[in-house]
Amino acid sequence: MMEFINFYLIPGITLGSIYALGAVGVSMIFGILRFAHFAHGDLMTTGAYIALMLVWVLGVSPLVAMPIAMAGTAIVALLLDRLFYRPLRELPTIYTVIASFGVALILRSLIQVLWGTEAHVYSPGFQKPLIFFDSLRIASRHIQIISTTLAIAVALHFFLKHSRLGRSMRAVSDDPELARIAGIRTERVIAFTWITGACLAAMAGIFVGLDTDVHTNLGWNMLLPMFAAALLGGIGKPMGAIAGGLIIGIAEELVSYPVLGVSLLSPSYKSAVAFIIMLVLLIFRPQGLFKGRLLQ
Amino acid sequence: MTADGLFFYFVAFMTMGGIYAILCLALNMQWGFGGLFNAGIAGFYAVGAYTGAILTSARSASHVGGFDLPIVVGLIVAGILSGLVGWAIARICVRLKADYLAMASIGIAEIIRLIVVNEEWLTNGSLGIAGIPRPLEKLFNGREAELVFVVFVWILVAVTYLVAQRLRVSPWGRVMRAIRDNDVAAASIGKDIQRFQTETFIVGAVFMGIAGALSAHYFKFFSPDATEPLLVTFLTWVMLIAGGSGNNRGAIAGALIIWAIWSLTEMLTNQLPTEWATRSAYIRMLLIGLFLQFVLQRFRSGLVPEKPPELRPR
Amino acid sequence: MNTPVLVIENLTAGYGTTAIVHDVNVTLQEREIAVIVGPNGAGKSTLLKAVFGLNNCFSGDILYRGSSILKTGTANLVPMGISAVPQSGNVFPSLSVTENLEIGTYARAPKNKAHTMARILSLFPDLKDKLKQDAGELSGGQRQMLAIARALMSEPQLLLLDEPTAGLSPAFLEIIFDLILEIRSTGLSILMVEQNARQALRIADTGYVLVNGENAYTGSGTELLANDEVRRSFLGGQARLKSKQSDSDSP
Ligand SMILES: Nc1ncnc2c1ncn2[C@@H]1O[C@H](COP(=O)(O)OP(=O)(O)OP(=O)(O)O)[C@@H](O)[C@H]1O
Ligand SMILES: [Mg+2]
Repeated sequence: MMEFINFYLIPGITLGSIYALGAVGVSMIFGILRFAHFAHGDLMTTGAYIALMLVWVLGVSPLVAMPIAMAGTAIVALLLDRLFYRPLRELPTIYTVIASFGVALILRSLIQVLWGTEAHVYSPGFQKPLIFFDSLRIASRHIQIISTTLAIAVALHFFLKHSRLGRSMRAVSDDPELARIAGIRTERVIAFTWITGACLAAMAGIFVGLDTDVHTNLGWNMLLPMFAAALLGGIGKPMGAIAGGLIIGIAEELVSYPVLGVSLLSPSYKSAVAFIIMLVLLIFRPQGLFKGRLLQ
Repeated sequence: MTADGLFFYFVAFMTMGGIYAILCLALNMQWGFGGLFNAGIAGFYAVGAYTGAILTSARSASHVGGFDLPIVVGLIVAGILSGLVGWAIARICVRLKADYLAMASIGIAEIIRLIVVNEEWLTNGSLGIAGIPRPLEKLFNGREAELVFVVFVWILVAVTYLVAQRLRVSPWGRVMRAIRDNDVAAASIGKDIQRFQTETFIVGAVFMGIAGALSAHYFKFFSPDATEPLLVTFLTWVMLIAGGSGNNRGAIAGALIIWAIWSLTEMLTNQLPTEWATRSAYIRMLLIGLFLQFVLQRFRSGLVPEKPPELRPR
Repeated sequence: MNTPVLVIENLTAGYGTTAIVHDVNVTLQEREIAVIVGPNGAGKSTLLKAVFGLNNCFSGDILYRGSSILKTGTANLVPMGISAVPQSGNVFPSLSVTENLEIGTYARAPKNKAHTMARILSLFPDLKDKLKQDAGELSGGQRQMLAIARALMSEPQLLLLDEPTAGLSPAFLEIIFDLILEIRSTGLSILMVEQNARQALRIADTGYVLVNGENAYTGSGTELLANDEVRRSFLGGQARLKSKQSDSDSP
């Protein structure tokens, strides 16, 4: 039982938290700008590398570097929108999807040019896990990741429900034309969507780096589970995306837990879980688990 | 380089260029005519390549088969299997907004990559499959074989072109091209359109599989490295958008031109000292990414444009 | 005479490069109700959308209190005191009723929000006990009311309504028309498009019959109601109204 919790459940929640942070942005961008943002994973990578640079240059811990990396990633996202997405805004959104596919490549190769392709760690050395009740072992980085995500989820909930900007975002996500008719400045809402999405992506990227290592494919590899999480939670429902991320993260770890000596899937097929969940959703419930919408 | 060397460099160029032309025509069926975004070209390509490799290579201890079958059989089965994967994914996704298919197709490519890497009994994992034959190998050798192969590839380019052309001039093709530029109208026409979209997606997938098999025969050795999404999926997209989506001749021209730029810049950067050579590979990708953005914004209708009337906004 | 609130002057407008309405003229005076009627597809919604900057205008002009709003941009119209209720999709379905109303105040805040909210809810008592519900769960009539209420939350001076009674039962219809009169009495000017032409023209100060994107008839509401040709072509076949009006109107 403790083995299950220590080696499957807690890593699952950790991974799920990372997916959740990324999926919030994917879901908001899909809801408000109406396109699947293929460069979102690479925004995560961008955040992770900006933090890496700060760790190297200033010698600070990655958690201290995080706010600056988030700000940097937000600026990158706003620039990307200005340069590559906004010029295509009036066209069918699929053109923007293609553009974002290209942006993913641009970000990744830029990172490869600047930092090379080897993997790096923020701080070398083994961290001893904390031990509770004799047998519950949690690495402190897992506690940091999970508790930060929890705090973000609560903050996001209040922001969306009660702030003016949060409500405007939900309104634009519901119906962009009506939002304009009601006098909402959609460009401002879009800018804010990028800022939020990019900050959370940077956070997620840094968490991946804390948990494993920083490498140039870090974010691209997470794109599929993040899409699946956003679909699971219902497009345009950031809180749903958080739940979706957790479900997929936990499911990916649990499928390899041996029940009576056999596990459902070999660990090397972990990343197939997200795809299977995505296919099942697309077949039976494309609007997601919660009251999400199906974009046309 | 001697004139002879130059000529065979050109033959090698035309061979890969031809394989890319098939991929590009196939993508044009899916996107140019069907308006379907396929971000998993590498997956279909891999299915075709491994099918061809396993069916036509000689018996081997390191993977299933080989079955030593004729290359034509290998190509046909490669197309069929790849088409089946395309059918499954299209069935699920065509009724949804194109973005959903885009997400699912990324997944398909990922799953196929996982299978290829992990199921060693089937594909010999990351070590890859060796000893894949080329057509008429016994009759010709050395440089003549290269010439035979390039002719073989371009015969298949011609076949793909004819099929694509038929799709384009069919009444469906015309409607579809109109619809590609206006999602909303498509929704109201409904079920028949979805059938046509499914068909274009499957036919496109078939030819992507065939292109995969062809490249396996050309390389004679195929490993997961050759299905790098960047080199397959991304480059094909850039080729199609640059060439002019919806237009088959544009698709072929785009494939050749982008492949020429890609190969020439590779030749140039290979002259650099090693440390710079690796780095410049990324600079080339960066430039291709920027080039795509440029084409999308300024040159969307491609080399062979189908120009819609200008909008006159207030 | 004072400057009219709204003047649409020889306007040609449409979607993309296609013009749908041609050379249309409409004038709305302070505290008046102007009604646009016409067959389906005549371009009524297109005209209203043009005023709100939602499509392309090719020639002509639109003046709000004497100055052109052709280039103002949709989001800037609400702060100027213009509110619109589109024909369909006019509430935010995943937002609660309260949130929908709140959204109405973001672009142009009323002096006393609580006071405005209370006043508007007294106009729409049906909404009072639904405040926490998602707008997507409301009935058609309730949605229509919420949409109008949202538009009023910014205390506008000009209200544009596109078929506020679409799909409503005759009982509801009366309620909405009464409401519109009441709203006008608080000092607003109203430009509305209506399918229920007969009733709408009764409350109209000016009426416009739009056919194939062109002005076909223009006059006061009573003039149009009395015009034989208008009656024959545009007021005849309204099944919905027949039961109620047949005795007084049949020859
Ligand atoms: N978004 C659009 N793009 C292109 N054409 C449109 C669009 N909306 C409407 N049209 C066309 O404009 C014409 C007029 O439509 P409009 O909605 O203005 O009519 P209407 O008078 O409001 O009709 P109804 O009484 O049915 O609401 C129609 O022929 C319609 O097909
Ligand atoms: Mg209308």
